[in-house]
Order: sequence, then C-alpha cells, then structure tokens
Amino acid sequence: MHIPDGYLGPATSGVFCAAMLPIWITASRIVKKTLQAKQIPLLAIGAAFSFVIMMFNVPIPGGSTGHAVGAVLVAILLGPWAAVIAISVALVIQALLFGDGGITAIGANCFNMGVVIPFVGYYLYKLISGDAPVDSNRRVIAAGVAGYIGINVAAFLAGVELGLQPVLHHTAQGQALYCPYGLKIAVPAMAGEHLLIFGWVEAIVTALVVKYLQKQAPELLGKEAS
Amino acid sequence: MKITSKLWIGLGIFVLLSPLGLILPAHFKAGSAWGEWGADEIKDLVGYVPAGLKKLGGLWNAPLPDYAFQGWEEKGLTHLSFAYIFSAILGAALIALVVWLMGKILIKQNK
Repeated sequence: MHIPDGYLGPATSGVFCAAMLPIWITASRIVKKTLQAKQIPLLAIGAAFSFVIMMFNVPIPGGSTGHAVGAVLVAILLGPWAAVIAISVALVIQALLFGDGGITAIGANCFNMGVVIPFVGYYLYKLISGDAPVDSNRRVIAAGVAGYIGINVAAFLAGVELGLQPVLHHTAQGQALYCPYGLKIAVPAMAGEHLLIFGWVEAIVTALVVKYLQKQAPELLGKEAS
Repeated sequence: MKITSKLWIGLGIFVLLSPLGLILPAHFKAGSAWGEWGADEIKDLVGYVPAGLKKLGGLWNAPLPDYAFQGWEEKGLTHLSFAYIFSAILGAALIALVVWLMGKILIKQNK
C-alpha cells in the first residue's frame, strides 16, 4: 500500500500533504496532553514494530505481495492520535531511507496507513469490546475484526486514489501520465487482495498480540493515551 | 522482566525472521506489490511508461533501496537476507529513537 513517486499526480499528492499538516499538528497537541512519560517506550516500540511487520511481505503465488501494518495494534494500546505519530514516523523513514513509498506520496501514504487504519481500527475495537473485561476473548476478537476492517478501508481508499489518476491526468492521445489503471481495475485489485489475504494477516497479528498482552501486561489494555 | 523488555526481545525475533518477507515472495514468484511497479514492469504491463511516472519515479535515490545495499540488485538471496536484517535493525532503531525523542520533547513542553 506504499504508493511510490510518480503514481499520483500533483493534485492528489498536494491534497493529501495539505490534509496531513493539520492532522500532524492536532496529533502532537493531543499526544502532548494525554501521553504519559512511562508510555513513551511503548510508543517507540510500537512504531518500530509497525516498521518491521511491514517488511514481512506475504506472497500471492504468481501474483503480488502485501503486508500487515500493525497500526490498529498501536492505536489499541496508545490511542489513534499517538498511532498517527508512530506510523507517520515509520512511513517517513521508509520513504527516505529505503525508497519504500514515494516522497511526493508521503501525505497520501500517511493518510491511508497512518490515519485511516488507526482511527477505523480503534473505534471498531472500542465498539466491539464494549465494557468486556480486559482479559475477555471478546477483546481478542474485537482486535482481529478491527485489524481486518481497518486495513481494508485503507486499501480501498488507496485503490480509489490510484484509480482516479488516469481520469485526472492523461495526454491528448489518452495515455495516462501517472498511475495507468483506472478505478475499475485499481479498486478491485487493492480491495480484493486485502480482503482475501493481507487483511487476515493484520487481523491475526493484532489479535495475537492483544491475546499475549492480556496474559503478560493486562494493564496496557485498559487505558490509552487519547 | 518488564513488559517493554519482553516486547523488545519479541521485536528482535521478528527482525531476525524478517528475511521471510523476502524469501517467501521470491519462492512463490510473487511480483511487486500492486501499484508499486518499477518503470520496466509498468512498460511490460501497459505497453508504455506514463510520462509523469517516468519523471517523478527517479525523484529520490534512497540510500538503501528496497532494504538492500545499492548495487546489490543482482546478489543472491543470502546476501539480500543479510541486507534485509541490517535494514530492519537500522530502520527499527532509527524509528524508535525518533519517536522516543518526539515523545520526550512533547511531554517536556507540557511540564
């Protein structure tokens, strides 16, 4: 889901970079108020965990690859605004150091993976968990569903962003200037592979870590930063 | 043991296992992620390289492209796995450090 440079036209790149600025400022303000000093190490581990989990490319034999993001997990533990910061830092380092995701696409990538996944995942987790006890299976299932839906909403959105490009930018002869695939191809491709495969990876990772923390550190599951 | 220590150890295990994310796609002949093709792959897929994509595609030369050392494109999976683990350690350490510093700075301003 890391959109490279050259796939989005300037209009789309600009809109998402402009949208991310106030989101980053708001995230800093909220995290500043709500994050506790003792939660800083966990936020650092969460960001590093997200980065490493994104390196586990899962193959579709003969097809493409994809991966989990781990953003729902960070949101469950520390709140969605803290997750915005953690995932954005991971995405910026990925782009700058490893060329994974474009420099011009950083706004779109941070929005898709660093905002949509944590917020959708966090509120679904809250909704499904309700007031279930911290050690309940309901929370494990809630974490899995939140992971699955969170990454799928983001994949769908990435598909729309890519699919809009041939409509927005093309030559007089009809050749695309940026992403050459329209909505009819990009959306089913991005949404389909995440619904079938990669969404389940995010679901399993999120659910298993929540299950582990229920046993090892239940105090982390009861309260979050925002 | 503190939970953060346990999580760091867990992360270390993931780092050591990370080459699976390189080896499994190679074994199953899975190509690039959808929408993350290079210019050559795009040309094979649609018959031309979109002009804007060609121009912007080479905008940034990452120091460790695709989690490998520059010029290692032709190396075997063993070399690439080594580079992958190196990248995982470097990236995870750098990201943890940046987030930790940001957390410290934000909270300090609060006091």
